Amino acid sequence: MGHARLVAAGDGVTMRAPISDLPMVLEDVSLRRGAAAILDRISLTITPGPPTLLIGPNGSGKTSLLRLCMGLVTPTGGRISWGGRSDPAPTRRAFVFQRPVMLRRTAAANVTYALAQAGAPHAQRTGRAAALLERVGLADLAHRPARLLSGGEQQRLALARALARDPELLLLDEPTANLDPAATRAVEEIVTSAAQSGIKIVMASHDLGQVRRLAGEVVFLARGTLCERARASEFLDHPATPEAQAFLRGDLVI
Amino acid sequence: MPDHLSALQLILSGDPALLAIVRLSLGVSLAAVALASAIGMPLGALLALTHFRGRAVLVVLLNAMMGLPPVVVGLALYLLLSRAGPLGELGILFTPTAMVIAQTVLIVPIIAALTRQTVEDLWVEYHDELRAMNVGALGRMTTLLWDARFSLLTALLAGFGRAAAEVGAVMIVGGNIAGFTRTMTTTVALETSKGNLPLAMGVGAILIVIVLAINAAAWGTRVWSQRVTG
Amino acid sequence: MAFRRPFLALAMLLGIALVSSTSSAEDRSIVVASTTSTQDSGLFGYLLPLFKAKTGIDVKVIAQGTGQALDTGRRGDADVVFVHAKPQEERFVADGFGVKRFDVMYNDFVLIGPKSDPAGVKGKDIATALKAIEAKGAPFVSRGDRSGTHAAELALWIIAGIDVASAKAAWYREIGQGMGAALNTASAMNAYVLSDRGTWIAFKNRGDLDVVVEGDKRLFNQYGVMLVNPEKYPSVKKELGQTFVDWLISPEGQVAIAGYKIDGQQLFFPDAAKKPD
Repeated sequence: MGHARLVAAGDGVTMRAPISDLPMVLEDVSLRRGAAAILDRISLTITPGPPTLLIGPNGSGKTSLLRLCMGLVTPTGGRISWGGRSDPAPTRRAFVFQRPVMLRRTAAANVTYALAQAGAPHAQRTGRAAALLERVGLADLAHRPARLLSGGEQQRLALARALARDPELLLLDEPTANLDPAATRAVEEIVTSAAQSGIKIVMASHDLGQVRRLAGEVVFLARGTLCERARASEFLDHPATPEAQAFLRGDLVI
Repeated sequence: MPDHLSALQLILSGDPALLAIVRLSLGVSLAAVALASAIGMPLGALLALTHFRGRAVLVVLLNAMMGLPPVVVGLALYLLLSRAGPLGELGILFTPTAMVIAQTVLIVPIIAALTRQTVEDLWVEYHDELRAMNVGALGRMTTLLWDARFSLLTALLAGFGRAAAEVGAVMIVGGNIAGFTRTMTTTVALETSKGNLPLAMGVGAILIVIVLAINAAAWGTRVWSQRVTG
Repeated sequence: MAFRRPFLALAMLLGIALVSSTSSAEDRSIVVASTTSTQDSGLFGYLLPLFKAKTGIDVKVIAQGTGQALDTGRRGDADVVFVHAKPQEERFVADGFGVKRFDVMYNDFVLIGPKSDPAGVKGKDIATALKAIEAKGAPFVSRGDRSGTHAAELALWIIAGIDVASAKAAWYREIGQGMGAALNTASAMNAYVLSDRGTWIAFKNRGDLDVVVEGDKRLFNQYGVMLVNPEKYPSVKKELGQTFVDWLISPEGQVAIAGYKIDGQQLFFPDAAKKPD
């Protein structure tokens, strides 16, 4: 863990190590499984800025694109680089899955685990875990076994774990897909505050209300191709492509 | 042990010879389980998480070795540990140490094979999350072993059961010396050969009750801690 | 592997504590390779406490067939060998594995068979009895384990003029196990079997069996004891082992052997003084 060590300075403000994962550049990236193209020649550059919401019908390739961005899968064509480096080891980025895996230990231990993996010094982990749990509103549940938390609480804990990596780039795959409105709001508030603290958010969603609430810009996918990229209000009010128009009308886009 | 007493009377009277036999049996088997776990669990996890040529052969071999014939293991160790053998200098033939080694050899494959299966199954679930957290090879092993701990308890119990019930290997390398290397299973064999079938049966019953009690305790621990830790 | 430390360390400590607490007296102890008959008859259970009280030496007995016990000595895994197959013992000493062989005691073999005595051998001499068993094809259980008793049995078949090795008849069952197991098998099958008297007297699972032939001089069963040669195996505990050998053939040891009785019957007859080797 020789990279991106976190340095705590004074009142909980962290100074960032010099290595950066941004900009993230995708050049003609394709992903094929046998004959089927899951993603087809996608070019996309992600730079610091307001949240990017990745939308599109089910099966359009949102999850695959996010996994490529995280470096969990290798593209079958094209190139991806993070801060100019092509090494896929996640240094300054983190991922929140639709169904996060809770380690079989307490909520606090889940966070200290993530801190340890991110290279946080041993002496700081307990204090920083407490701060992170506070940040996601789980301070009271710190000593609960993570697997016994509700779905919404688990998703917030997954966010705390992701934030423990001190990411520049936070990738989220429909984190609220299985949550009720109250839990969804709690997650959205954490995402918003993370964005405000300077973390670049790239988040898949199929909920247009969520897009309206969170998005700075929208990337619209259909059938594995990038159809449209636009500022959120522009996309929602004046979609340029027929696929996006149909999607926004609520038609089935195949 | 006085021959004219039944096993039940021996237990009730706290017969010191019988207690020593029970204590030795448990001691040898527990030490073997601990040693075999220290070897077999990392080995199983390593096999679960690595990919190399010949891995499938190794997995099949390991699974097959769960059925190692104890007598053969005992004989091989006997030849190794005998004064005339390559490790004769150690002078541990016919001692409890030799019995621990024999049982360890027998149960390492069981613990390693069951660990491999358990860790491999859990790895499917944990794969993405651990990679996203940039967890290294050693961290993956320890994390998966720890999170599989309730399932791995079954592997430990399987190993303990085999160790405690085993007679062929400990008879050969232990020598069934009264008060020194005589376990419950070798006592059963000896009393049977003396035609003392009720006493043999009684000692056998004690063994079964102890194995049952340990399994029940382990199961209870598992259920309780699973409820507490999720 | 930090997570398993407490659990495993506990099991390990417990195991080691249990194991090591039983091996504290290792310094003054010897390993004696002997036969199942001396153990199964209970002789050692009676003799060894007396020897320990006198000398403070623990004797660890490995009970095997005579052939295996001699082999254990030949491999240097025992300090003293105490068996009953004189020709094999003499070869053991001649080959340099044993220092010197001493007669210790004898008991006798008895032919055991069903009370109904289907071969009609009761009261006959042993050669006639074996011929009758072969003629009738009555089931006979053989140890078949290279033990002293097995060797004695084979010698008796030769005396009777029967070649059981090539006969391999259905009535002749080799089980390859100890004396007790052979008696258990005979009891279950209602078969004839040759046993040493000591094991027979101590044996508890007799079923329908009883002694059918005894007292024939050819059923004499001599036990001998010898120290494993320390020049071959420096690990042999020469002095402690010799102490045990000396005690067995001393007047005190001989009296002790004669004193071992089950249900008032003496099992072994000391004869060390009778004919020095």
